[in-house]
Amino acid sequence: MEILVCVKRVPDTSENEIQLNQTGNDIERDDLVYSINEWDNYAVEEAIQIVDRVGGNVTVVTIGGEDDEEVLRREMAMGAKHAVLISDEGFDGCDGFGIATILKSFVQKGNYDLILTGVQAEDGAAQVGGMLAAMLDYPFASLVNSIEVLANRVLKVTREIEGGNREVNEIDLPCVLSIQTGINEPRYVGMRGIRQVASVKIPTFAASDLGIAPSSVGEAAARVKRVDYFVPAMGKGAEMLEGSPEEMADKVMELVKAKGGFK
Amino acid sequence: MFGSVQSVASPAQATSWFVSGQILFVLIHVLGLACFAYIATRRMAPLMRGERDPRFDRPWMRLQRVLQYWLGQWKHPRYPGAGLIHIVIFGGFIVLAVRSISLVAFGISENFAIPVLPAGAAHAYDAITDYAATLVFFAVVIAAIRRIVFKPARYAVPARFGKGHPVDAIFLLGLIAVLMLADGLFEATKAAAHLPPGHMASFGLLSLPWMFNIVLASTTLVTIGKVHLGAVLVHEATFYFLLCYRPFGIQFHVITSLFNVCFSKLDRGTVKPVRWGISDVNLDQVKSFGLKKFEDFTWKHMLDFYSCADCGRCSDNCPANAVGRPLSPRFLTIKARDYSFRHYPVFGRPSDGTPLVGGVFSDDEIWSCTTCGVCEEECPLLIEYIDKIVDLRRGLIDDGKVPQSLQRPLKALESRGNPYGKMEKKRADWAKTKEFQQTCQVKVLSGNGGARTLYFVDSITSYDDRIQAIGRATARILDHIGEDFGILGVAEKDSGHDARRFGEEMLYMTLRDHNVDAIKATGVERIVTADPHAYNALKHDYKNVPPVEHISQVIAGGVLSGRIKLLPVENESSVYTYHDPCYLGRHNQLYDAPRDVLDAIPGLKRVEMSRCRERSFCCGGGGLMLFYEAKEDQRMGVARVKMAAEAGANVIVTACPFCMVNIEDAIKVAGMEGKMTAIDLAELVDQQIAREPATPPTPTRLERETAIQGG
Amino acid sequence: MPRIFAYVIHRGGVADDSAAELAAAARKVDATASPVAIVTGWGAELDAACESLRPAYSEIWKVGNEALAYPNAELVRKALTSVVPPGSMVLVLHDHFGIDLSPGLSVKLNSAFVSDALAIEGMDGSFLRLVRQEVGGQFSTHVRCDISTGAVINVRPGAFKALEGGAAGQVVDKSAAAGALTAKRRYVGTVVAEAGDVDITKYDVLVSVGRGIQEQDNIHIAQELADAMGAAVSCSRPVVDAKWMEKSRQVGSSGKTVKPKVYMACGISGAFQHLAGIKGNPFLIAINKNPKAPIFQVADVGIVADLLEFLPELTNRIRETRCAAAK
Repeated sequence: MEILVCVKRVPDTSENEIQLNQTGNDIERDDLVYSINEWDNYAVEEAIQIVDRVGGNVTVVTIGGEDDEEVLRREMAMGAKHAVLISDEGFDGCDGFGIATILKSFVQKGNYDLILTGVQAEDGAAQVGGMLAAMLDYPFASLVNSIEVLANRVLKVTREIEGGNREVNEIDLPCVLSIQTGINEPRYVGMRGIRQVASVKIPTFAASDLGIAPSSVGEAAARVKRVDYFVPAMGKGAEMLEGSPEEMADKVMELVKAKGGFK
Repeated sequence: MFGSVQSVASPAQATSWFVSGQILFVLIHVLGLACFAYIATRRMAPLMRGERDPRFDRPWMRLQRVLQYWLGQWKHPRYPGAGLIHIVIFGGFIVLAVRSISLVAFGISENFAIPVLPAGAAHAYDAITDYAATLVFFAVVIAAIRRIVFKPARYAVPARFGKGHPVDAIFLLGLIAVLMLADGLFEATKAAAHLPPGHMASFGLLSLPWMFNIVLASTTLVTIGKVHLGAVLVHEATFYFLLCYRPFGIQFHVITSLFNVCFSKLDRGTVKPVRWGISDVNLDQVKSFGLKKFEDFTWKHMLDFYSCADCGRCSDNCPANAVGRPLSPRFLTIKARDYSFRHYPVFGRPSDGTPLVGGVFSDDEIWSCTTCGVCEEECPLLIEYIDKIVDLRRGLIDDGKVPQSLQRPLKALESRGNPYGKMEKKRADWAKTKEFQQTCQVKVLSGNGGARTLYFVDSITSYDDRIQAIGRATARILDHIGEDFGILGVAEKDSGHDARRFGEEMLYMTLRDHNVDAIKATGVERIVTADPHAYNALKHDYKNVPPVEHISQVIAGGVLSGRIKLLPVENESSVYTYHDPCYLGRHNQLYDAPRDVLDAIPGLKRVEMSRCRERSFCCGGGGLMLFYEAKEDQRMGVARVKMAAEAGANVIVTACPFCMVNIEDAIKVAGMEGKMTAIDLAELVDQQIAREPATPPTPTRLERETAIQGG
Repeated sequence: MPRIFAYVIHRGGVADDSAAELAAAARKVDATASPVAIVTGWGAELDAACESLRPAYSEIWKVGNEALAYPNAELVRKALTSVVPPGSMVLVLHDHFGIDLSPGLSVKLNSAFVSDALAIEGMDGSFLRLVRQEVGGQFSTHVRCDISTGAVINVRPGAFKALEGGAAGQVVDKSAAAGALTAKRRYVGTVVAEAGDVDITKYDVLVSVGRGIQEQDNIHIAQELADAMGAAVSCSRPVVDAKWMEKSRQVGSSGKTVKPKVYMACGISGAFQHLAGIKGNPFLIAINKNPKAPIFQVADVGIVADLLEFLPELTNRIRETRCAAAK
């Protein structure tokens, strides 16, 4: 099975140290480190596991600049056979629709049976996979938390729905799936693995290579634009208790009692 | 001594059916030796295919090891009962070895005599051997009784590791007993044959031959002759059976232990390289890292498996085993040995069963080790464990099989140089709090010549809110003794000590190279650290850095020189106990400096826990172990805190940031808040230092000693 | 101003509570808007669902088809593509179904798509101004969306205060417009989560633990507090992902929906996916080490403290009081 996984390099937010820059139009990027989007990492692991079971190849693709090669290499060290960087100045300022449009052109140049994305990235939009599927007229399932390959080019996938339940679907190939975290346990990629693929040449595609008209994507074509970043207003906010732990504990106890918490 | 015997047929002359006695005995020897040679060769096979491991250096040191640990049985008295029994059996064997050889030869030629020994010495030797055999016999009987009646818990085999094998042990003891009895009987009958009836041979009182002699006193010469021959035959048969049976189980150690001790690891605190003989720069060419198949063990590590006597001392002390983690060093070895027996069988075809990694050894088992080193410390035969665990982890890392809980800190170490993923620019923030800056200013070294001494802080002290206090205490102490010191600040990265011990060698190397460059750029003459893991890394893992001292050594020196004067303890009801951090104690033998410092605090009451010094019980492990979610029944820290309580202490003093984290957590988990506290040695000293205006403190023990010496 | 539609989900013949939230969101786009609800489904359940929407919407478009009996996003998308007029605005709840449906729907309608909108600040020329969040809710962004070709807006559950009804809407049957429906993705069934030993939806007080509990070994601290209060321990997703607690204890959009009287969020940062599982406006007490934790924005009472210290303290206090009361 030929599997394409669309990945993104995002700021590593695991230590919650992201701040806004002074003008408020972006996050402060000077001290940021970047890594692969967590959901995408699960998607790549899932692709590798599928290929281990039924054969085939995993290709990872990202849209960005030279810096983004880093995540492609990491995923290659993980076990992706091929990596492709799609890079063009004209792509700057794309909205989700633009990204999906670019990926569509790339997919159409290849011959992929299965396309995986992460459910969402740091912007929390959860949109590119669904858009890409619709553009390609492929079936789509989001929030996928298990994949089983059946006969006759059909997959059995389950989706995460409310209440911890799982919705079971059969889906025809080719299709697009957006992968939820927890679907597997992604393998570790060590320094050594990355060093081994450090000198692999990663093919780069520009807009012209994909036959994309510059006007159809990029900032000019984006219908959705981020205007600014800001720290959310505190809302009504909580009444913050102060004092010694004993005092606070007493207060909490009274409140719980008052709200009918004790039976 | 073995003169011609007229009235008793010598074994060699006895005829049986159609084979002459001589041929029979020669046949036994030839067959026995051939058999053993074949078995030994088969057992050598995996060693020949194992990884290289240079163990032939420093011959004098190795000789000393042999004399101390093998001949001197150095570790055995640590378990007084079993140890004493073993020393008796071992000593007896050594003494009897010579006679065994002569006994064997006697079967072939009655004229065999030990050369060189003058008659008197030979007689004395005979008497000694008689007693040796007797002692061995009774030691074996006691050992058997111990096994059958008392069943020490140490020998039990938990269900997950298979079945117990008391019968094997008894069988083995039985064989030794038979050997000893045959020996005694041989001596007694030989002597009896020489004497006229009614006369007693003179054997040492209560020795086996002496006893047999009494029994045989009224026996006819013919019978004595038959018994004599029988004794020799039984002795021969048992001897060769035992010899050939040895390579099939724990009894193999009798043969391999000498070599195992001789080729043991000489350098404490170090970790073996990924491949011996391959330099760091050439590591990229190595196809596979770590241990993935049995042949990835070095030949010496395979020899370890053969040498294990299954005595259970390692696991009896192993903290992971004690808290119910799926790791038992004893069974790590035994399982590997059984695997090797299956894959390199003496007879028949190798059987492929469960794979070694992920099968025989589970991933959880491999990650459960805190590398505390107590197993290695305890093993009488100096079997190694940490290097094997590290090699197994290198293999898992290489295959990407790393628990999710460890992936995050490893990735953070790579991207940020600390396992928490905190920003580099905040690394020196611990020294920037207002209160602290009023008492002490810490220089961040940039460029050469900034200071004489580098304080290497390391990650946990730099970033952990609680542990930063240890960093500040350390800095204040250095400041107090007038040390010209500074820190690396943002230029410092994690020492990589635990990345290395978790098998991420490449990551460790990157961190090391960065730090070595940063340290060299400062031109410092020495390094001080309060983190034993960093201490161990700088001392043993890093090369070409200035000498390193742990803060406890610095303090001990300061107390000794009088630069540090300590005030009496305020709370006289406090009872202190010192918890030895693994990487300060066992791995670096620093047991006394921290204790001397504590004893230098006037009025401080100190007790020792039952597990202290080289038997110290790991707090739960440092470095990346803090992130690993082990499957366990209890936390090691909780067990440790309870030990402190049992010792009657209510303050645990430690000298390692990781111990502090684990022990403070454990105090909470155990619900002992208010009853037990933990404090770092540096914090305690910082708190007790007599600063200006100096009230003359009562002289401490150390000072008194110095005064006496000086006087 | 484009025509505004709200795609309303329903279960067992009852429209989801979010219908009123979508109506409220529509008014934020245009205060005078009179949004149209679109409901897809089949049979009596569909009819009942449409009926239940009449107070909230003045017009309800019913799209009935046997193939829509189960809401398969691909089929719903096809139906909506046929039914919704070009250039319209469609509001959808940003839940597991909205995530499945809307991105593709926007492509098929050739309209813009805004995901997970928290607030709508109204029109600015032909642009709609909205508020979204990024980086796990640490930052908000203003987003400008060109709606000249229509738009699909996914609205965060609970972000818009439900409007009280008052309309007496009429149901319009648009089933014919949907046409024949076939899909390359077929619903097979639902695997219901294992019940677990404790049904957290049945408790008035929940002590809920998040990543801040640090380790599995510490969960007993929360359990002891819960025991003292007669409460149950629930948790957030990271705790389940780390396998410290069973899935059945998870509160949130991918876990259980709970309606307690008192909810104690211990070491929970307050991601919306978690908050989405807390209904009925309970009294929310947040305990967190990090004073900047977003949970403090939505909590009634906040305490900045180390869980491992504070919870045992609270447990002791409660035990003492209860003992005293018993005497």
